[in-house]
Amino acid sequence: MSALLRFENVSCRRGGRLLFEGLDLALAPGEALQVAGPNGSGKSSLIRLAAGLLRPERGSVEATTLSLADDNLALDRESSLEAALAFWGGDVGKGLEVLGLAALRHVPVRLLSSGQRKRATLARVAASGAPLWLLDEPLNGLDSAGADLLRTLLQRHRTGGGAVVAASHLGLPGDWRRLELTP
Amino acid sequence: MIGKLIVREVRRGFGGPAWLPAAFFLLVATLIPFAVGPDPKLLARIGGGALWVAALTAALLPIERLIEPDRADGVLDQLAIRGVADESAAAAKIVGHWLSFGPLLLLSAIVGALLLDILPDQLPSLLLALLVGTVALAALAVVVASLTAGLPRAGALSGLLLLPLAIPLLIFGAAASGDAASGALLLEVAIALFIVAGAPFVAGAAIRASIT
Repeated sequence: MSALLRFENVSCRRGGRLLFEGLDLALAPGEALQVAGPNGSGKSSLIRLAAGLLRPERGSVEATTLSLADDNLALDRESSLEAALAFWGGDVGKGLEVLGLAALRHVPVRLLSSGQRKRATLARVAASGAPLWLLDEPLNGLDSAGADLLRTLLQRHRTGGGAVVAASHLGLPGDWRRLELTP
Repeated sequence: MIGKLIVREVRRGFGGPAWLPAAFFLLVATLIPFAVGPDPKLLARIGGGALWVAALTAALLPIERLIEPDRADGVLDQLAIRGVADESAAAAKIVGHWLSFGPLLLLSAIVGALLLDILPDQLPSLLLALLVGTVALAALAVVVASLTAGLPRAGALSGLLLLPLAIPLLIFGAAASGDAASGALLLEVAIALFIVAGAPFVAGAAIRASIT
């Protein structure tokens, strides 16, 4: 099977600082990669490179259809959760279901707690049906029940031939390949 | 996606303070008689130009909410990931912004024309010129909003950027408002076309730069 995400000899520079260089990476279906490292080591930049939102200074990045969840909510505050997620398409009902948000579907986004907002960004990813998921600090703000839901969700996604890249300075539940970035 | 984006812009416009530019426009129009005195002949003569200045300043008000909130909240990121070209997103923003800005402003222009004692037979040419003008102003507003997204004190900067760019529009728009028979309307349309055609590309490039 071909790789869902491939970095070849990628260098990334942000604000004049070289974050990493010569990075090679290939992610096959079913694989999960945790990008670890201290604050400022380039975890989020690596995620944005993979998403195509940053251009590498050198090297090439290829990725299949993907879905991104980071700290940005990107949901209309005044809409109900369901309507706000529906703007982005996909199977919204399923996304709400798997993250335990089904009861909140009619609640306006602005009333959600920070943990619920995190779940909402993950629900958008779950609804997307994209084979590659990019998660930036997915555990931020999640309670233990949320973390359990996330683990189950990721397991099912990987069993179904999907791949995940998650940037986190915390240990993530489940078995992950680790990529350690140094500042 | 583009259709959804336009609908979202309109909803956000009317959900937020869409009446604000129109109210501001009327307020400026009300100030004119206080400033130049109540002579009806004088007011009728300068009224068209005064309404244009009011329209220009009213166009500044919504700029800050056009692009920056979407950039800060990651909406632009999510659109880019879904393969929506930045130019298409900008074009959708222009259409959506005009729909929540133009018609309301034209309505208040009718009231403004009454306040300034503009003759009824002059009103159609004034509204036509303002209709063309608001389309171009909506496009300029999205361009300026994209250029200043993420910058500190973007509000003041936006005014400095937009008003000079709108001068050609103001010259021919105000002339077309006064005299329907002159060729000013055609020149105004030409300038508006130029602005509207170029705006999605300039705004798209600026959005791309602000994401990365």
